Amino acid sequence: MAGAGNDRLKARVHVTLKPGVLDPQGEAVRHALAALGFEGVAGVRIGKVIEIDLAAGDHAAAEAEVARMCERLLANTVIEDYAVEIA
Amino acid sequence: MRAAVIVFPGSNCDRDIAVALERATGAPPAMVWHKDADLPTGLDFVAVPGGFSFGDYLRCGAIAARAPVMRAVADFARGGGHVLGVCNGFQILIEAGLLPGALMRNAGLSFVCRDARLKVETSASAFTAGYSPDEVVTIPVAHHDGNFFASADLVARLEDEDRIAFRYLDNPNGSAADIAGVLSENRRVLGMMPHPERAVDPVHGGTDGARLFAGLEAALGEEAGARAQA
Repeated sequence: MAGAGNDRLKARVHVTLKPGVLDPQGEAVRHALAALGFEGVAGVRIGKVIEIDLAAGDHAAAEAEVARMCERLLANTVIEDYAVEIA
Repeated sequence: MRAAVIVFPGSNCDRDIAVALERATGAPPAMVWHKDADLPTGLDFVAVPGGFSFGDYLRCGAIAARAPVMRAVADFARGGGHVLGVCNGFQILIEAGLLPGALMRNAGLSFVCRDARLKVETSASAFTAGYSPDEVVTIPVAHHDGNFFASADLVARLEDEDRIAFRYLDNPNGSAADIAGVLSENRRVLGMMPHPERAVDPVHGGTDGARLFAGLEAALGEEAGARAQA
């Protein structure tokens, strides 16, 4: 059974700007890529990845807990979306 | 008016704002450490100063907004207390949910440090009572993340409710609708990116910021006086 006897999980949280929110850093990188000769770069968005080691064994409970972390601190849901992967 | 200044690790405008407040009120404000769960009793006003609280880790103001003292500041604001957040303090008040919108990286990506000309959009608050509406004042900005993000709906709401305190004449950071400072719904919380505490003495190059603190003292000193009489 997956996860049986395992009391440690890793969560990977992806935080990205919501569509429609201007990303000045992404725009700067897009221009820099074009300057290097990379053609066909229509857009660049920069986000962040947060890795969390969890002392927990229950996959579903961990996912719910990390979602609560995102809502309370890890993401600013006014301008950011988040996605949680548990492994 | 009894004032307090909140101090976080990385605050660097706490003493400047304390000097500005002492000049306006005649008494030094209480300095409150971020780990304190309670504010001193009998306060009329709390300042959340600028700086780089918690190294600006995660997002500017995000960690400070969850510090123990911020629960007390939120309770104080909900109870009708006056709260001013300047620069990083503005970011903290937004992250704490006391003001709407978000503050993002400047549109030009650069740290901007210079005098900013601002238009006073409303004098209907204790913070702006010392100015005339439509007056142009000069107050310096110094920030990397002052680009005020607000949806078109939020901008319209802020305009309808007369909650835009200051607008930039030459938008230095890409802020929506040139917004430099916003008021809460009850008009008792103000967040602004420009630093009024850095324009309170002729040697600063200007004294337009002093009137914000003088206006507060005039408005809140009266409130405090009325309370003492009652």
